[in-house]
Amino acid sequence: MIGVGPIAAALLIDPGAHSMFGGASTQASHIEWLYWLIFWICFVVYVLVIAAFTRAGARNYRGDPGMLPVLPKDEAGDRRAGWFVGTAVVVTILTLFFVLVETVITGKKVESATTSKNPVTINVIGHQWWWEVIYPNPQADQTVTTANEIHVPVGKPVVILTNSADVIHSFWPPNINGKRDLLPGYSSAFWFQVDKPGIYRGQCAEFCGLQHAHMGFSIIAESPEQFAQWQQNQVKPAGDPTDPEAQRGKQVFLTHACIMCHTVRGTDAGSRFGPDLTHLASRQMIAAETLPNTRGAVAGWIVDPQRIKPGTQMSPNPLAPDDLQAVITYLQTLQ
Amino acid sequence: MAVSEPIAVAPVGAAERLEQTWRQPPGFWGWFKNTHHTAIGVRFMVTSFIFLILGGILAALMRFQLSRPENNLMGPDFYNQTFSMHGSTMIFLFAVPMMFQGFGVYVVPLMCGARNIAFPRLNAFSFYIYVGGGLLLWIGYLLNTGVDTGWFSYVTLSGPQFSPGKRVDFWAQMITFTEVSALGVAICIATTILRHRAPGMTLNRMPILLWEKLTISMAVIFAMPAVMVVSSMLLMDRTVGTHFFNPAEGGDVLLYQHLFWFFGHPEVYIIFLPGTAIVSTTVAVFARRHIFGYVPIVVSVVATGFLGFSVWVHHMFATGIPQISESFFTAASLMIVVPTAVQFYCWVTTIWRGKLQMKLPMLWIYGFFFVFLIGGLSGVMLASVPVDWQVHDTFFVVAHFHYVLIGGALFPMFAGLYFWIPKMMGRMMDDMLGKVHFWLFFVGFNLTFFTMHFLGLHGMPRRVYTYLPEMHWGTLNALSTSGVALMSLGVIVFIVNFFQSRASGELAGDNPWAAGSLDWATPSPPPSYNFLEPPTVNGREALWEALPNQPIVGGLRDDVREVLITHSLDAEPEYKEEDPGPSIWPFITSIVVGIVFVESIFTPWAIAWGAAPVGAALIAWMWPKGSRPLRRRVEEKWSV
Repeated sequence: MIGVGPIAAALLIDPGAHSMFGGASTQASHIEWLYWLIFWICFVVYVLVIAAFTRAGARNYRGDPGMLPVLPKDEAGDRRAGWFVGTAVVVTILTLFFVLVETVITGKKVESATTSKNPVTINVIGHQWWWEVIYPNPQADQTVTTANEIHVPVGKPVVILTNSADVIHSFWPPNINGKRDLLPGYSSAFWFQVDKPGIYRGQCAEFCGLQHAHMGFSIIAESPEQFAQWQQNQVKPAGDPTDPEAQRGKQVFLTHACIMCHTVRGTDAGSRFGPDLTHLASRQMIAAETLPNTRGAVAGWIVDPQRIKPGTQMSPNPLAPDDLQAVITYLQTLQ
Repeated sequence: MAVSEPIAVAPVGAAERLEQTWRQPPGFWGWFKNTHHTAIGVRFMVTSFIFLILGGILAALMRFQLSRPENNLMGPDFYNQTFSMHGSTMIFLFAVPMMFQGFGVYVVPLMCGARNIAFPRLNAFSFYIYVGGGLLLWIGYLLNTGVDTGWFSYVTLSGPQFSPGKRVDFWAQMITFTEVSALGVAICIATTILRHRAPGMTLNRMPILLWEKLTISMAVIFAMPAVMVVSSMLLMDRTVGTHFFNPAEGGDVLLYQHLFWFFGHPEVYIIFLPGTAIVSTTVAVFARRHIFGYVPIVVSVVATGFLGFSVWVHHMFATGIPQISESFFTAASLMIVVPTAVQFYCWVTTIWRGKLQMKLPMLWIYGFFFVFLIGGLSGVMLASVPVDWQVHDTFFVVAHFHYVLIGGALFPMFAGLYFWIPKMMGRMMDDMLGKVHFWLFFVGFNLTFFTMHFLGLHGMPRRVYTYLPEMHWGTLNALSTSGVALMSLGVIVFIVNFFQSRASGELAGDNPWAAGSLDWATPSPPPSYNFLEPPTVNGREALWEALPNQPIVGGLRDDVREVLITHSLDAEPEYKEEDPGPSIWPFITSIVVGIVFVESIFTPWAIAWGAAPVGAALIAWMWPKGSRPLRRRVEEKWSV
């Protein structure tokens, strides 16, 4: 039953890009191996123990309606039973010790990346309810700031330095590694190395308030060349739009509530309260991986974010229809 | 060997005089004055069963919301209140009050052969203060002031900055109410076990259930203060502007988690050990054989109580603590498997060598074996740090702890109810309806919770009010929700069975299961004085090993509420003491204390001005009554 369970479940669920069984990194693969090892040990134990209880019950089963007299004490039988229980306890302890040793070994393997030299360093800061992503650089103007979509190069060690701006969140990309809490007041280093290119989803795993359910992110693993190219593009400030509607959109952006929370580098918008929008158009999703980055979705999000994510920090923006269209056109130029 | 026989013939008229002396006060106000442990025990059970149903309704609401992606049954605010209320209700208002207080208060004095629990007024007070906590939390919920930060209410989310309003304060004060209640009962039960045992019931003859209750009482006494401290610190952060948990002012968010789980993990054993106590008791009765491995089981129980305090960090593996500490807590968490395994092996051996009689309680115990074991084994997976990094805070954990808590507490609870309800109400429960109840509940439970393992492994986090259709979690969630209907139907069958059997069930008699412990040596339901002639004990199963002329305790007066105090180790009679008798003051004190607790949510000065009325109520409670001749302890040596 249990053995075929995961297979049946795998048919019901798409293991795809958000599952601990789709390991795309050495870390996730080690953990998956350990999981199956312990799973099969537990499976065997379950079958044996339940078989013993079933047999024990069926052996001398009595359907009598009344209660039977109590069996007399049997010291020879007690001694034999003592041997059985003693042996079973010893086997249990040895099995648990084996699990402990394998756990420590796998834990060391998962954390062995921490000794790597020259990792890609990324600061991830949890916010209610989105992820601020910063690629720090000693040269301030080379620092990249983005949100929710974390680009990493394949085959290179990556270290995520965690922090939180408000409450506790938990960073969890199941295909890549286990989870790590983002604690306000603590910073910790979380290492991994992605081996297979692809887009892997992750989600906040520590309850963090109203929109905990819609606090996704993705890890986009690409070749080192693509990653370098992406990074070069992200470093650039936003260019001036040439299209007249986009130009008008920029004016709307800078004269409405948008500027109160968002940054678009290269313009007067420099607030850090919400996600950095300098290269918004290069992202695939918006609202912490809740909506696709399309004209319609962006329009819906700007006008009434409270309907899509009730409780989100972004306030509704009842823009005039042509202003709204202009802003979206402008945002789409932010490649 | 004698199974159960009346131990002696009492003098004519003694029963009437005892009934007069130990009479439970009648009438409306009498209800509030009553301090007899059977009445208070039943009240704990009924009240916590009501909270079980309320918590279950919340669970059903959550399951309906999650039955399909982007469901609009409820918004995030109501969902967050609902799941937080579900957890808080089930842990603080159902599981501990039912498994520890309810069964403990009812069964322990009977099993000790005592006429009442020790400190009966404190016991009654503990009941009212528990009801106060439950009312506070639920009235808050109905006024849209239900806690919305989870049953654990981690800072900083529950701090003043991110949870303005009074929701978290209601929760934090509910903790104080219920923990005061648990502490009070722990003192009553531990004292009863140590000082009120029947002569002859030495420590090594104590029924396993009493060992478990003693261990749990100690765990309560050491664990509950931690959560009262942490909830009070949180309350102070919120009301008087301290910064214990505010990182901006040097406070520490991990301190909260350490203190909370230092309580929170022993709490799991406080809920689970009463379950195993019921298992050990019923296995012996229905296998018709002394439990095999009395000493290993007792050692295991006590070891579990101790080890329970050394595993709390496994709730915090994802916080990024150093690997060396994680390995220590993995080792401790795996070690605690051993005592439970010992108990499983002893149970299976007992059944193997016995003649199993599959009566209703035993059916539920078999349900416990099948269900709890899955939870225990998934616990081994969770104890392994790397696996925990993946499945922590996912539906895998939800599945795990429902297998452990429903398996380890609810299944034994129903076994215990089917076992002791005949004692409590004097009539047997209907067998057929009991079986229907079991199968509905068993199938529904597994349908609801087994599916959750897969959801967790495939990435569904806990405490989400909805999920996107692209995640493909819809099918399994719908399947999981469908199990709720079966479980609810099962509980309805139980309630119908209860009322029907109460009206017209078969009469139970003193000892319908031919069991061996002293709780069956008295009529069902027991009279107000419990035992006409307080019994003595000749072996671990008092009734199975009773001598043909087993002595009784003589010399207790029947015109005064006298109880016998025995030595805590060898149960030699030491002296007589007077039971304090009914009083309205525990109730009034609980009202006064409750008002102070509630008022302190709104102003810290309530503690200051509240001290006077609380003090006055306590003085009235303890006021000595001069007329009674035996108020002083009679330090005379006792002979049986």
